Amino acid sequence: MATPQPQRDALVQDTPLWIHDLTVAYHRKPVLWDVNLSLPEGQLVAVVGPNGAGKSTLIKAVQGLVPRASGAISVFGKPYEEQRHLVGYVPQRESVDWDFPVNALDVVTMGLYRQIGWCRPVNRRHKAQAMAALEKVGMTPYAHRQISHLSGGQQQRVFLARALVQDAQLYLMDEPFVGVDVATERAIVALLKDLKAAGKTCIVVHHDLQTVPTYFDHVVLLNMRVVEAGPTDAVFTEENLRKTYGGKLTLLSDALFEYSKNPQLPRGRKGGQP
Amino acid sequence: MEWTSFDTWIVVTGALSAAACALLGNYLVLRKLSMMGDAISHAVLPGLALAFIITGSRDSLPMLVGATAIGVLTAFLVQALFRLSELEKGATMGVIFTTFFALGLILIRQAADHVDLDPSCVLYGAIELTPLDVYELMGMEIPRAALTNLGMLAVNLLFVGLFYKELKITSFDPALATTLGINATFLHYALMTLVAATTVAAFESVGSILVIAMLIVPAATAHLLTDRLGAMLVISVLIAALSALLGHLGAITVPTWFGFTDTSTAGMMGVATGLIFLVTFLLAPRYGVVSRVLRQWQLSLKIVADDVLGFLYRYEELKQPQSPPVQAGDLQKALKAGGSLWPALWQLKRRGAIRQTADDVLPTETGLAQGARLVRSHRLWESYLCDALQMCPTDVHALAHDLEHFTDASMSEALARQSGDPNIDPHERQIPPLPK
Amino acid sequence: MRQRSTVGGAYLLTLLLAPALAWAADAHDHGLDWPSLMDFLRVLTLQDYNTRVVIIGTSLLGLAAGLIGTFLLLRKRALLSDTLSHATLPGIALTFIIVSALGGDGKNLLFLIGGAALFALLGTGSVILIQRFSRLKDDAALGIVLSVYFGLGIALLGLATRMNTGNAAGLSAFIYGKTASMLLFDALLIAWTALAAAICSLLFYKEFTLISFDASYAAGQGWPVVRLDFVMMTLAVVVTVVGLQAVGLILVVALLIIPPAAARFWTYRLRPMLLLSALFGALSCYLGATMSALMAKLPAGAVIVLTAGAIFVISLLFGSARGLLRILLERRAMARKIGRENLLRSFFELTEADLAGAAIRLDDLLKQRAWSPGQLDRLVSLADREGLLNRAADGTLRLTERGIQTATRVVRNHRLWEAYLITHADIATSQVDWGADEIEHILDGEIVRELERLLPEADQPAMPASPHALTPAAEME
Ligand SMILES: Nc1ncnc2c1ncn2[C@@H]1O[C@H](COP(=O)(O)OP(=O)(O)O)[C@@H](O)[C@H]1O
Ligand SMILES: [Mg+2]
Repeated sequence: MATPQPQRDALVQDTPLWIHDLTVAYHRKPVLWDVNLSLPEGQLVAVVGPNGAGKSTLIKAVQGLVPRASGAISVFGKPYEEQRHLVGYVPQRESVDWDFPVNALDVVTMGLYRQIGWCRPVNRRHKAQAMAALEKVGMTPYAHRQISHLSGGQQQRVFLARALVQDAQLYLMDEPFVGVDVATERAIVALLKDLKAAGKTCIVVHHDLQTVPTYFDHVVLLNMRVVEAGPTDAVFTEENLRKTYGGKLTLLSDALFEYSKNPQLPRGRKGGQP
Repeated sequence: MEWTSFDTWIVVTGALSAAACALLGNYLVLRKLSMMGDAISHAVLPGLALAFIITGSRDSLPMLVGATAIGVLTAFLVQALFRLSELEKGATMGVIFTTFFALGLILIRQAADHVDLDPSCVLYGAIELTPLDVYELMGMEIPRAALTNLGMLAVNLLFVGLFYKELKITSFDPALATTLGINATFLHYALMTLVAATTVAAFESVGSILVIAMLIVPAATAHLLTDRLGAMLVISVLIAALSALLGHLGAITVPTWFGFTDTSTAGMMGVATGLIFLVTFLLAPRYGVVSRVLRQWQLSLKIVADDVLGFLYRYEELKQPQSPPVQAGDLQKALKAGGSLWPALWQLKRRGAIRQTADDVLPTETGLAQGARLVRSHRLWESYLCDALQMCPTDVHALAHDLEHFTDASMSEALARQSGDPNIDPHERQIPPLPK
Repeated sequence: MRQRSTVGGAYLLTLLLAPALAWAADAHDHGLDWPSLMDFLRVLTLQDYNTRVVIIGTSLLGLAAGLIGTFLLLRKRALLSDTLSHATLPGIALTFIIVSALGGDGKNLLFLIGGAALFALLGTGSVILIQRFSRLKDDAALGIVLSVYFGLGIALLGLATRMNTGNAAGLSAFIYGKTASMLLFDALLIAWTALAAAICSLLFYKEFTLISFDASYAAGQGWPVVRLDFVMMTLAVVVTVVGLQAVGLILVVALLIIPPAAARFWTYRLRPMLLLSALFGALSCYLGATMSALMAKLPAGAVIVLTAGAIFVISLLFGSARGLLRILLERRAMARKIGRENLLRSFFELTEADLAGAAIRLDDLLKQRAWSPGQLDRLVSLADREGLLNRAADGTLRLTERGIQTATRVVRNHRLWEAYLITHADIATSQVDWGADEIEHILDGEIVRELERLLPEADQPAMPASPHALTPAAEME
């Protein structure tokens, strides 16, 4: 069945992310409408839906970055504000100024700022920690490069490394696979597997329908409302996809859309792996 | 020209206020709030006027506090209006600071009867007069303005030093900062408060409008010179101090060339920092115009040189025993490289990739190997685009032609593996094997 | 029709504002000689030829600035006008120095305006160069050019005041504005130039609209965007430099920014916005120039800007399209509507079988959704007052006849929207609208009937079942 119908207070669940009755609106337009979700622990969860379905808004609403019209959200059984330290966020790449005078190592170190605390400087131990995270995503050689001199995929890996040092229990990632090269895609997948093995929960906004079944255990189909959510093999069906994307959906149109965003960077996955 | 202790104090005062401004200016530039400096520096006028009217003097704490409060109010109103009205940020600032400035002008005009306050003196300061107003400190006579600005610089240094890490993250990625529990709003207003206070403290020396030159230009210049935040802070402060020195020197020397005695030091400080920016804009090692143009030229030369090698290789492939050698004219006709062909040929000759006898262009052993590698990349790309991406029958040749120049050995081998190590390309031509 | 009443309303408001402003000026102006009533009337009704020309000229300037400013605002270039007005200062000072040194009249308006325009264009060019050829962002480019040119201007002004020939004192009129001291010729020049600029901007109405809304699309359609931009910037420069004398170079930017920003609160459409913006600009200038003609000590520019500022505040608060009051009311109504609908839907979900008979306890409702007891209590009281339900003495709740009807309608709407989202997923999200009471207000009747047929309990068109299995009350028991 879809999501369990929760009951307030008594029903607040200890799951990594529990969303009840969430409604977000810009003016008269609902963007998310009566969203109910309860996500299992230690799984890789894909959030899938057409453009403008409200996927980014969902991720932001969880962290209180957009105001919500109604609803309750809890992270591991408590309001997000009390559980910030358990949540790691990988934003969409466009959201920062890449000319900013910092290098990859600096950006990763930022993930440690809460641990370091107000007004205290970054020391050698923190840098070592950040370097270890960079190593995990295969970015050691680029640690001291200014971030605008990295390729799109490398920038994405820096963001991932930053989320990694946060040492969170729940990771929220907004389209980490968009516009990255094959090597980065592999690195991200490997990283997700590592995180899962360590018992973490990852919620990933994902655009490429073809890879959903291979990468993810759990799927949330979103189009303003949650169309369906559950284990991938049960939920990720032709029928449900049509309910999410509309009758005219073809995998091809989706692929073409991606290609149109980035025509000069041919990537292996567009034609499927050989 | 005669340099007196007066001049020294003018430069010191100017340098201190410029440095205090430049330090904070880095964060304005990085947060894309440069024009907020402009807005605040205009908008403090009514604050200055009011405080002046109430206290009747120019050197009082109330003046500083009152004007700073108005500056912070400006920042707050800009933010609030921006949120509420969906106006773009620039327009919001424009509405607010012009209204405040107008209010200030009227207040000053009203006060002009009772007290001696000239709007020009607020707008472009009177740094030449600051050494007259001194303060006795440990037996030394120090201009009061120098002390004020020194204090401001110290406060700003302390702020930046203490919150270095927090300022960095809230400037780079405020959303991340918020999720990490670092209050971006608090830091924004703390920064705005200091910008307003610094503007007010500096209005006497550089004037409230030229403050923006010191807030923005040194920081923007430093941004063109370095990729490290710490270095940027240091460089901007140095540039600010240098501008003060050069500005005063300029103010007392340049006019004499045209038969004048001198001119406004504050104005010349703006000009000096502008000149430093101009030089950097043109000549900065990595981000300057000249180095950009040079790099672009080098890249286009490399592409022409690559094309020459590719052409020579393909010619070699098709060549009959009696075919004549390739001539420079043939290359020009085939590649349409224009004037870049000659320097490209010269470069190839120096690399030992070709030999030139009279007009004939002959590839050497290394040249042919390099050509083979290029043609291999090209044909691999064509196969890949056609087979793996199903992009045929669109013109894959053009795309491959662009991509081949940016394909290094490892990428080309990855391509070969991905497309199953083909040895024939979609146009039925041999893909050259990996040269030894 | 509605648009016209909007414009009319705005016009009335601003007319009402005029005496208030005059009174305000009076209040803090007690230090000045307040003119006699006769003087006042004479100036306001433009009896004196000289004053008439000055006031009409300045008002035309406001009108032109309002028109051109609208396009600048839409093109997101509002602050560029700030930069180019500051950049005129070195032009003015340099022209003065050169002309005086050559023995001419350094304060000849034509020369000064020419110099100012030249430097304004140079400044704009510098901004574009910095944007193009460096990693600096737009705001830094504007700030750099503004401050460096202004610094140069002050240095040159320093020279000008130290000259033996010519008298530089009057140059400060360009910084702060001073309509009172304007010569007849100057006023005529302003009037004709402003009129020409206004007409020009209207001639390019279609082109400017296109590049303001979507420059890249315009370029794709083969429009010469760069050249059109140049025309737009030149018009802005023209308005700025002729406005220098009237308003002063620091404040002339307000004429280009504030009237269009204020007009935006009254309408979403371009034509009325242009009209209102021109009106606001002209009105501000008219009042400012009048005031300044009456009281020589009042800086005209400042009064003009304050008038414009007052119009802006009124528009911000009461604007009929985006005014805060309207938005606030709308938002509150929307919050209430959502609350009411959630309440009724919860009722429905709890008692689906028997809406009329069942009495519900507050506790049951509380479990139904993510609302706090306080919130729920407020919603229930509101619904009680609206006659949707009755609260019995023991605290149980029962829907009234109207409540039942409304609940039925709300649930029907909701379920049809849900069905629509699923069946028409590709287009539905953009059409869902909470403002509408009935789904039929948005969707075609044909589609609605089709949706009704699709729902499982199609034989009950008034009350389709939810496509999601959500009968929690039943499930939980
Ligand atoms: N700040 C905003 N103001 C108004 N509408 C917005 C805003 N942000 C997003 N939207 C709208 O909300 C919808 C969902 O956006 P988003 O969550 O970014 O979608 P997704 O990430 O699924 O593509 C879109 O229709 C978008 O236009
Ligand atoms: Mg998104």
